[in-house]
Amino acid sequence: MSRLPLQRRTLALLAVVLPLLALFIYVVLRSGPLAPVAVTVATAEQRSITPALFGIGTVEARTTYHVGPTVSGRVLRLSVEVGDRVTAGQVLGEMDAVDFDERLRAQAAAVQRAQAALKDAQARQQQAQTQATRYAELLAVRATSEEIATARQQDLASANAALAGSQAEVARLRAEQEALRTQRGQLRLRAPADALVTARLAEPGSTVVPGQAVVDLVDPNSLWVNVRFDQTSAAGLAAGLPAQVLLRSDVGAPLAARVLRVEPLADAVTEETLAKVVLASLPTPLPPLGTLAEVTIHLPELAAAPTIPNAALRRVDGKMGVWELGADGLRFAPLVLGQADLDGQVQVHSGLAEGARIVVYSEKELTARSNTHVVDRIVKGAP
Amino acid sequence: MISLAGRDILHAWGKFVFTGIGLGLLIGVTLTMAGVYRGMVDDGRALLDNSGADIWVVQQGTLGPYAEPSSLNDSTWRSLRALPGVQDAANVTYLTMQVQRLAGNGSAADAAGTARAASDVRAMVVGIAPGGSGTPGWPPYLVAGRQLTRSHYEAVADIASGLALGERIQIRRNVYTVVGLTRRMVSSGGDPMVFIPLKDAQAAQFLRDNDALWQSRHRTAANPAFNRPGVPGLLDAVIASQSSNPSVNAVLVRVRPGHDAEEVAASIQRWQRLTATTRAQMEDILVGKLIATSAKQIGMFLAILALVSAAIVAFIIYTLTLGKIREIAVLKLIGTKNRTIAGMIVQQALGLGLIGFVVGKISATLMAPAFPKYVLLVPEDTAMGLAAILAICVLASGVAIRAALRVDPAEAVGG
Repeated sequence: MSRLPLQRRTLALLAVVLPLLALFIYVVLRSGPLAPVAVTVATAEQRSITPALFGIGTVEARTTYHVGPTVSGRVLRLSVEVGDRVTAGQVLGEMDAVDFDERLRAQAAAVQRAQAALKDAQARQQQAQTQATRYAELLAVRATSEEIATARQQDLASANAALAGSQAEVARLRAEQEALRTQRGQLRLRAPADALVTARLAEPGSTVVPGQAVVDLVDPNSLWVNVRFDQTSAAGLAAGLPAQVLLRSDVGAPLAARVLRVEPLADAVTEETLAKVVLASLPTPLPPLGTLAEVTIHLPELAAAPTIPNAALRRVDGKMGVWELGADGLRFAPLVLGQADLDGQVQVHSGLAEGARIVVYSEKELTARSNTHVVDRIVKGAP
Repeated sequence: MISLAGRDILHAWGKFVFTGIGLGLLIGVTLTMAGVYRGMVDDGRALLDNSGADIWVVQQGTLGPYAEPSSLNDSTWRSLRALPGVQDAANVTYLTMQVQRLAGNGSAADAAGTARAASDVRAMVVGIAPGGSGTPGWPPYLVAGRQLTRSHYEAVADIASGLALGERIQIRRNVYTVVGLTRRMVSSGGDPMVFIPLKDAQAAQFLRDNDALWQSRHRTAANPAFNRPGVPGLLDAVIASQSSNPSVNAVLVRVRPGHDAEEVAASIQRWQRLTATTRAQMEDILVGKLIATSAKQIGMFLAILALVSAAIVAFIIYTLTLGKIREIAVLKLIGTKNRTIAGMIVQQALGLGLIGFVVGKISATLMAPAFPKYVLLVPEDTAMGLAAILAICVLASGVAIRAALRVDPAEAVGG
């Protein structure tokens, strides 16, 4: 047996076994508890942020008119359709008059009768007046008894009262006639203002009660967005702040808007603060009422302060803070945090020295004893 | 003294090494299988760790949000928050569902309804209460992106879901943008988690679909009790009350330092009449009950694989020994001791086992990330595996030793 083949064999064996061993050692060190945790680091930068609030709301109309009859009745006809624009005073429809005209005629007859009764009372009063005067003159010359003269005086008083009663009766019947006429006029449903028809709630032939709406109108110029903000993120919300509205029906075009008012009443059930946001200009066509909208409100820019990404925040032993990567390893730094913006930047009030290296992302949850190894990024392709 | 085993191995090293690698792949599968089991247990623990809770408060008489459905009023947290010993309480909802990935991120396309689902991801959608990172239920750490800042339509997804930053996903009727990625945030079944704001999650879980809403509205309108003439507004009120469902699955409670979780849980059970489960009990439920059957299944596989490995090692050593039976006879003829021959075979078996172990460990570690479910390779398992392999090798070489010792030295000159 020559030495060369043996050597070659040994070499070949080593060529297989040694890489295997090296790979093994690498694998043991790079996986399991011995492996270092990949982390990315950042330094707290002095910068100013523009906090913003985010809420969702629905497009609503500030002014809504529910037009309906003042008396029970049947709808005779409706002349407007949903979507129609109407002007103030325009007749939208009419209620069925049913017996109104007959009642008006009856009322007119009653007035005539009362007027006839009034004439009769006038005649009687004149007669009583004449008699009373005559007997008064007779009594002056002692040509009649005082008793008779007093009786005539009393007749005159009665005739005066009857006349006043008749006059009042005429006035009453006239007023009732007026009331009926007015009610007859109210059977026409008129638009109270320039508006847009949003609903026809009853159709001709249906019976409605007072207070029930037949046609719903809204003032299209009074559109606003009723926005709800989660109470934890509603700090700084105030009237007049600029806002951006993204309608669900058109997410491509953000609309400029501003906060009209913050409602003094918050929703206690949903734990939300409510605000009204008005659009700077109305889009055409108008968004349907009830459309969902995302609203972003821009708060004033804050003064520059150390700022960290919110991904760096951890909670350790009940305290919020970050893992600071010093020369001697990891140290947990509890922080007092300030405001944050929607891009996830948080201002730090205290707890962090400027320029401190902090862990932003980590492959695993960290502890003070974690062995770390700094990388550019943990997820491939992530910025 | 020269090493007989070494010499023999060198003589046919190719055969030896490749047999070892073959065996190693088998051992790799065994280690991976053990890793799958550990991974399942770890999935359960990860779920509990990541929620950041000390006590899970759920509907009375249920086993908690992971094992059984539970429904609580979403204002329950307020009464819990006021209890002594409670540091923090937050609502949470869990719903395992298919999350649709939307092709592209053209928002205009979504609005036009032309967006098609590129593919579905099975995920556990977690609704987390607003409050910022550190609130119970929030992912404790990220590997990319940022935590949720808006109270609607944002999502933080586990990296196992395959979602990327900026990707748009659809959960029920709303479209969400992925703003952050986490790692190892999984359900007890190993499904990746997708975190979305609580209000959206409530809508996704409890709000019915449009068809159901329409049908329910018509049904209510057809019911004369709810649609009375002369009572305008009654129908609207009834419908509004039907279409809201302020429920959550659980309230996560964090205990104030210095208080005993058991005591706080007992107080919640007694006075709030809800089921409160502590961390230890939850682990018992998850590991003990939820994955018990799967664990047995994997244990069965492990046993079979160990048996197969033993049989293969025995068979290989036996074949190798039979292959050099003539040489062994010569050795015997020149008066080699039985112990030396047995030692040679045992050494070869151990060598085979070691190569197998090394290859197995490497392949298991390299294969593990490729598995769809989490595979956790614990060093103790590896050590136990090494001991088991060596024991199996020694035992398996018994048959070969017996065959070698029974060789008649005369065969060396006979044949």
